[in-house]
Amino acid sequence: MSILVNKNTRLLVQGITGQEGLFHTDKMVSYGTNVVAGVTPGKGGEWVLNGKIPVFDSVKIAKNATGANATIIFVPARFAADAMFEAADAEMELIICITEGVPVSDMMRVRNYLDQKGVRLVGPNCPGLLTPGEAKVGIIPGNIAIPGNIGVVSRSGTLTYEVLYALKNLGMGVSTCVGIGGDPINGTNFIDTLEMFQEDDDTDKIVLIGEIGGTDEEQAAEYISDHVSKPVAGFIAGRSAPPGKRMGHAGAIVQGGTGLAEDKIKALEAAGVMMAQHPEEIPGLL
Amino acid sequence: MKLHEYYSKRIFSEYGIPIPPGELAKTPAEAQKIAKKIGFPVVVKSQVLVGGRGKAGGIRVAKSGPETKKHAEDILALTIKGLPVRMVLVDKAADIQTEIYLGITNDRAARTPVIMASAAGGVDIEEVAQKNPEKIIKCHIDPLMGLQSYQSRDLAAGIDLPREQWRAFGKIAHGLWQAYQGSDATLAEINPLVITGDGELLAVDGKMVLDDNALFRHPDLEELRDLDVDQEAEIRAREHGLSFIKLDGDIGCMVNGAGLAMTTMDIIKLFGGEPANFLDIGGGASADKVAAALEIILSDPSVKAVLFNIFGGITRCDLVARGILEALDEVKTDVPMVVRLVGTNAAEGRQLLKDAQMETADTLAEAAQMAVAAASGQ
Repeated sequence: MSILVNKNTRLLVQGITGQEGLFHTDKMVSYGTNVVAGVTPGKGGEWVLNGKIPVFDSVKIAKNATGANATIIFVPARFAADAMFEAADAEMELIICITEGVPVSDMMRVRNYLDQKGVRLVGPNCPGLLTPGEAKVGIIPGNIAIPGNIGVVSRSGTLTYEVLYALKNLGMGVSTCVGIGGDPINGTNFIDTLEMFQEDDDTDKIVLIGEIGGTDEEQAAEYISDHVSKPVAGFIAGRSAPPGKRMGHAGAIVQGGTGLAEDKIKALEAAGVMMAQHPEEIPGLL
Repeated sequence: MKLHEYYSKRIFSEYGIPIPPGELAKTPAEAQKIAKKIGFPVVVKSQVLVGGRGKAGGIRVAKSGPETKKHAEDILALTIKGLPVRMVLVDKAADIQTEIYLGITNDRAARTPVIMASAAGGVDIEEVAQKNPEKIIKCHIDPLMGLQSYQSRDLAAGIDLPREQWRAFGKIAHGLWQAYQGSDATLAEINPLVITGDGELLAVDGKMVLDDNALFRHPDLEELRDLDVDQEAEIRAREHGLSFIKLDGDIGCMVNGAGLAMTTMDIIKLFGGEPANFLDIGGGASADKVAAALEIILSDPSVKAVLFNIFGGITRCDLVARGILEALDEVKTDVPMVVRLVGTNAAEGRQLLKDAQMETADTLAEAAQMAVAAASGQ
């Protein structure tokens, strides 16, 4: 077991013929992920990666032809909302959107529509998912994590890699790593992921990596104290960030006295989460 | 990206929101000419992207041509909160009876826009929100359905607006929602929305903030970016596709990834240092990108040490190391550097740097401590 993706994931890649899409499809296939098809409108009938993966014109056609049950999106920001709507209307069960820089107005429409459809979205602006040894669905380097019993959920990219790498160096393995993304409006959040980890038999411990901006970590803290019995270690990035400045991620900004790192750390500590002062301390806490 | 008052109001007006007649002036003579055309009294308003313009003397009423000229002259000589006043808006002064607040922003937790109205207009709305939150009436807007008429009636009733003004208020609320949506704004605010002596509603002041991620849909608005609000280094960084924010410390940082960049700043502080900047070079740290980033960091004279923290995932560490060495060929400097490379091809990368006599670190904690020591001259 694990959560969201595993050996049975039959993955579709939207934007497979683009530079990013093709590069990461190659990496995912090398890792052993079952990539069954790609979609690029206007390129249906072509094949990529030396004729290994067929390309279709639409998600619906690709799904009907291959039985794909999850899709990953690498299309440019201006087309990302359309790609997510298309995937939802084709009734994909799981959508992972890697694309960075999607307008927030687009994300509000997408999120509200997907909620009505009951479709799960991870991202956007995220590194995707990794179930070590089974499936890599996204851009997390496959070689920095080994299979194990720790569930990792994070708003960040390279900071997550840092934690995975620190765990691996001590021989500690991961059940699934979920990058939920750094945008203000996204799909799957901390609470959704914590709920899945709590129910997952292969996950015994949880790592939560948050950052400044919004109140998702505070809500996660409340959820943890009420519903999570497994031990949780955490880290919040951005203690030294000045208010009013957007720290790279669209969601990482302290506004009107909310979104402060200190408040998040306090809330998580109060919920019994073991907080690290820097990411390399996390393995020691577990 | 913030828009100036004059442009925010121009957009509002395109969506049917009544605004006072007025025009933009860059010289006192222009201001006087505009005032004569629209008739007295007029308000001369500084156009700078900060709050508190009135208190700083940046908004003045004039009753004659010479007075307009004098006010414009004085205001154009001002620097408000560090920003020089480069233009003034000359508006016909309104006969203000009542001041209302009306604004739309995104409610992150509810994942929808929210429209807010308050009878306590004309003042700092964040202060009202803190002290008297019950005085702000809110309605969430379904992003798929848009603002509904009943919602604007609820707002009007909620702030005790006289019934004869509900229709005009509703039109303004809808105009504001359309302006918000049509411009991909993250804030659209009329403060104050006034009721004049004749019972007319008028948007006397306006403010818009646009979503930077959506500017590709609004190239005309992107051109209006006021470069005064950004530091020169931040502008240059943007040109190179880097995310850079200047801070007050003395340890320059170059990191790949926003979360890791923040963490690197935090850990410098944890070990007693002060970061000089936030800098995310993004993925694929090519030599010219590294060189541009290094040049920007070193253009800050307070930088006493530079810490590189690169996690090679997709990015290969040996390529990053080459990038750093090439950059140092271009940018000559005596500032001490500490480099930490981890992940893909890290060993090769570290060897390249060691051969060039550069200090390298294995862990983030070690790197931070080395940088703090280097900055304090040890």
